[in-house]
Amino acid sequence: MTGLLANAILASLFIFIIAMALALVRVFRGPSAQDRVLALDYLYILAMLMMLVLGIRYASDTYFEGAMLIALFGFVGSFALAKFLLRGEVIE
Amino acid sequence: MNRLFPAPLLSLALFVLWLVLNLSVSPGNLLLGAALGILAPVLMAPLRPQHAHIRRPLVIARLIGRVGLDVILSNLQVARGVLRASSHPPRSAFVHIPLSLRDAHGLAALSMITTVVPGTVWSELAVDRSILLLHVFDLDDEAAFIEHFKHTYERPLMEIFE
Amino acid sequence: MIQTVELPFWLELATAVLLLTGSLFALVGAIGLVRLKDYFQRMHPPALASTIGAWCVSLASILYFSGLKQGPVLHAWLIPILLSITVPVTTLLLARAALFRKRMSGEQVPDEVSSGGDRGN
Repeated sequence: MTGLLANAILASLFIFIIAMALALVRVFRGPSAQDRVLALDYLYILAMLMMLVLGIRYASDTYFEGAMLIALFGFVGSFALAKFLLRGEVIE
Repeated sequence: MNRLFPAPLLSLALFVLWLVLNLSVSPGNLLLGAALGILAPVLMAPLRPQHAHIRRPLVIARLIGRVGLDVILSNLQVARGVLRASSHPPRSAFVHIPLSLRDAHGLAALSMITTVVPGTVWSELAVDRSILLLHVFDLDDEAAFIEHFKHTYERPLMEIFE
Repeated sequence: MIQTVELPFWLELATAVLLLTGSLFALVGAIGLVRLKDYFQRMHPPALASTIGAWCVSLASILYFSGLKQGPVLHAWLIPILLSITVPVTTLLLARAALFRKRMSGEQVPDEVSSGGDRGN
């Protein structure tokens, strides 16, 4: 791996981290519950993409499985949270 | 034939999925993939309320290409809208779209398309499936948007599913 | 990091460009999530990461591993396929939850598109 790709990988990981920090801002700021769920949903997608980038960085297939698991668990989590919001018992 | 393969396309998709996930075409994986492809649809058949009738593969291919292109264009538009949100706030609006598509599978495909394209979010569908409430990120001309939506997405889906 | 073959330069360049494009789109999505004013506007930017962001990163992964193993390694395309199935489900449910909750608290949102009950779709 030459410097070009290694640096590009580091840069993209860094950009992903900034994006995650911004999404976290939305998780804490809200204001409504659905905003927080939306931001959490975004966080897991970013984490999954970061796993794929890490897979390239370490030239390993194993990270792909991790990314797949994050995608599945993130989907189930967001789905459950959204369904909970839809039940109407947690009106602020 | 019909009992063994209630959904031949699904069987094929599962088979290919298994091989791609395992990254090999060894005899063992071929066998396991075939078992998955045959058994899963048979076991799932009682859960499926109705069968989809999919026709016109050419229309499907054209629709997929069209959606891929629209996703990229819409991505660029939304990214531009986000970056200049303070000087030009996006003109977001809800749009009521009268639908003539009634098939459940077609509507499911339509909801996938509208949600995957970043500029639109499928919000609500009337109980009788006649009206769709859609949220659009940056709406220019409502009548033109509805016309474009019905022409590019709804008509091919009607050809495929009905 | 075990390096078996030296990748051709154009492949490294393509991988690098795709990774940077994908991550920049994801960043724009996050900026939109923070900056936009209305909840329904904020529902749009996350699609940037789950569509073009995921496509770019998966394509980069496919290119890189195919170059490394000297043959097609295609399993990364499963990620965009999986996302294109799962993301609409959560987005749709969140949109409906938001509409429901905003109606309950009396905010300015369109009325239910037809009378009575839940839709069964």
